[in-house]
Amino acid sequence: MAFEEKQAWALAVIAVVGYAVYLLIVLNGADGRPLTEAPYVGAMLWTIGGGIVAGIVAGIWFGIAARNDGLQSDERDREISRFGDHVGQSFVVIGGVSAMVLAMVEAPYFWIANVLYLSFVLSAVLGSLTRIAAYRRGLQ
Amino acid sequence: MKPTKVTNSIRALRFAHGEMKQADLAKAVGVTRQTLIAIEQGKYSPSLEVAFKIARVFHVSLEEVFQYPEEEDA
Repeated sequence: MAFEEKQAWALAVIAVVGYAVYLLIVLNGADGRPLTEAPYVGAMLWTIGGGIVAGIVAGIWFGIAARNDGLQSDERDREISRFGDHVGQSFVVIGGVSAMVLAMVEAPYFWIANVLYLSFVLSAVLGSLTRIAAYRRGLQ
Repeated sequence: MKPTKVTNSIRALRFAHGEMKQADLAKAVGVTRQTLIAIEQGKYSPSLEVAFKIARVFHVSLEEVFQYPEEEDA
């Protein structure tokens, strides 16, 4: 498996696990109250920060594991990475537009923050899955 | 993603050149072994630069390495 493909798997797993942890913390924190009253800022910041750190650690780990493999990325990896970013970016746009609409209707901050967070997660997951599919099935 | 119509003779050329290993050819043209495998299997069409480098390693013309079928008129 290519170094960059391992990275794509790691990012997809980190994004899903991080969001699952966030949801568990927020849902437990609601404790019967409406979701908008649940404390979410700390959990969101910690899971986003944790995800970034985990991504960096995974990159270092795979880099060390593949240190004797010679070249670790080339033109195909760069093309696949761009393709994945292009696909994943659509969710960032959808999230931005959704957040804008929520702000216009004066929705609670909770929903604005959460729709943005969800769009980042979906962007990371979809982008990573696209990269994995390109590695597995080919990129023309 | 539809498979490429471009076919190649890299595998045959490798064997004709002293059973050259994929890793050695990959190193010679400056790509990863995984990319060379993808090219050989027709899962990735390389850049012209890499295509020329592969042909140069085997001392053959580009069309002896890569082939593209004639388009049939409908």
